[in-house]
Amino acid sequence: MFNLILRRTLVAIPTLLILIVVTFLLMHSAPGGPFTSEKPLPPEVLARVEAKYGLDQPLPLQMWNYVVGIVTEFDFGPSFRYKDRTVNEIFAQGLPITLTYGTLSFVLSVVVGVFLGVWAAIRQNTWIDYLTVAFSMLAQVLPNFVMGPILILIFTLWLGWLPGGGWNGGQWQYIVLPVIALSTSFMASIARLMRSSMLEVLQSNFIRTARAKGMPESTVILRHALKPAMLPVITYLGPVFVYMITGSFIIDAIFSTGGLGYYFINAAFNRDYAVMMGVTLLLGGLTIFFNLVVDLIYGWVDPQIRY
Amino acid sequence: MAGSTPRLGIDMRNPIEIKKVEQMAENLAKMDPVKGRSLWQDARKRFFKNRAATASLVVLGLIVLFSAFGGLFAKWPNDEIDWSMLGQIAEMGQPSIQNGHYFGVDELGRDLFARTIQANQISLIVGFVGAAVAVFVGTLYGAISGYAGGRVDSVMMRIVDILSAVPYFFIVILLLVVFGRSIIMIFVGIGLVNWLSCARIVRGQTLSLKQREFVQAAQAMGVPPFKIVVRHIIPNLIGVVIVYGSLLVPEMILAESVISFLGVGVQEPQTSLGVLISEGTATMQYGTFWQLGFPLAFFTLILFCFFYIGDGLRDALDPKDR
Repeated sequence: MFNLILRRTLVAIPTLLILIVVTFLLMHSAPGGPFTSEKPLPPEVLARVEAKYGLDQPLPLQMWNYVVGIVTEFDFGPSFRYKDRTVNEIFAQGLPITLTYGTLSFVLSVVVGVFLGVWAAIRQNTWIDYLTVAFSMLAQVLPNFVMGPILILIFTLWLGWLPGGGWNGGQWQYIVLPVIALSTSFMASIARLMRSSMLEVLQSNFIRTARAKGMPESTVILRHALKPAMLPVITYLGPVFVYMITGSFIIDAIFSTGGLGYYFINAAFNRDYAVMMGVTLLLGGLTIFFNLVVDLIYGWVDPQIRY
Repeated sequence: MAGSTPRLGIDMRNPIEIKKVEQMAENLAKMDPVKGRSLWQDARKRFFKNRAATASLVVLGLIVLFSAFGGLFAKWPNDEIDWSMLGQIAEMGQPSIQNGHYFGVDELGRDLFARTIQANQISLIVGFVGAAVAVFVGTLYGAISGYAGGRVDSVMMRIVDILSAVPYFFIVILLLVVFGRSIIMIFVGIGLVNWLSCARIVRGQTLSLKQREFVQAAQAMGVPPFKIVVRHIIPNLIGVVIVYGSLLVPEMILAESVISFLGVGVQEPQTSLGVLISEGTATMQYGTFWQLGFPLAFFTLILFCFFYIGDGLRDALDPKDR
């Protein structure tokens, strides 16, 4: 176990470095810096401004300072566009929002997805099964950027039950629609994955043995079948996390929730490189960390795995 | 055969039966010697037995034809504004045969029929070319890595491990922001993401293929390694690669739509299904549902078709269920 953590961390470090180098080089090869505007600044002023942000230093030194700043003080530097804000302040505003509805959607899609999958598998070829399969097919072709507007149309414009956007300090009415929009498609894929792997497990010998012993069906399912059937779902959790982050950008765009995605897309239009890099690195780091956690869970659920 | 006749006995008093038997003998005499079925014939047969996959192929074919030639029927170009409707899109812009806007007009008064065709073209091209790029790079990389083996293999695969942990979504957006929004950049961006898993799959297959006799024979005859990979290994991987590629196409279309939806994808006057869906959702509160409906219908149909075709191909080419 310790070995695995060590090895994964060793892979994570070059990954993060590549991420930093690639984003850094991309940003600096871009035509037009953050201070180009329609009315060009006088050269002296430009030089002063660039000196303030450290942009006059050689590139490797800039990169080095940036990395040192992050590692030692968790400081992602100032925003290039909003003079009075640092990237850290933007994180402080956006990250809690993204994490709130992200975590809720994640938990919801896993719990409901697994439940639906198991239910469909033990009631194979009944209407529950067909309904689950139909739902998962439909949700696959209705990605969240279609789901979101449809939800707004139904629940905000037609029924008027829930607000169609904003965050308002995280009141529950404002969270419901983003969470549904973000979780539906993952719920569906998890349900489908769970259903097929449960069906496979239910065919296996140890389940037949357990049933032959006269064990109640609920114990057979919950104690014996569930754990091995969960394995493919657990492998899928890593990608789900990544897609959730991508999805959260769309959610921010549709529901104006003001999460990190909002700042990232804004920064992309404003060429605010510091913010873009900061968000990329923070979410990249989170992704890598989460994948490590998934690997550990996998090893814990499946004792056959040797690293 | 008549209903009363037993299946195996033939009633020779019946002239029709006699005629049938004569015909059968004739057929037998003319019959070609028995031909073995190749892997591909077998796969084709299995694929066409799958109704959902066959239907999807037909529908997809129709959509492709429509996207390629539908423009000939458009009465309006995709970038011209119908000034007569400006300001009254919600009241006058609905689909109608009379004024030539078969799918209605968009928010700015442009013909949605022509725009949808253009969007279909771009989305399909992004899907196919993106998948082709990813599959090409991934196959070559994976086959070389697997065939080389040893240290080269482990270094090449470590690189894949490291790269697959990079969250590419950001890199793609960065690329688009830095180098300007163009279709080429989208190809490069989404192609970059997806070759990694293809390389992994192909490498696994190559490892087992290179133990086979025909590879050993080629080695014994002194065929250079790269030629063995291209001429002997890769052709045997085609089945896996086709299945993977067909499942990749919808992923590509989705990825492009997400990027375009966020507004950093293709640029005006070009458009894609993601852009149209995004525009349609922005205006649906005014009751202009056709602006969302038509692009969305094509989008869902295309995705559905590709998913079923991919599934069908997998079932047809998977040697496990034979």
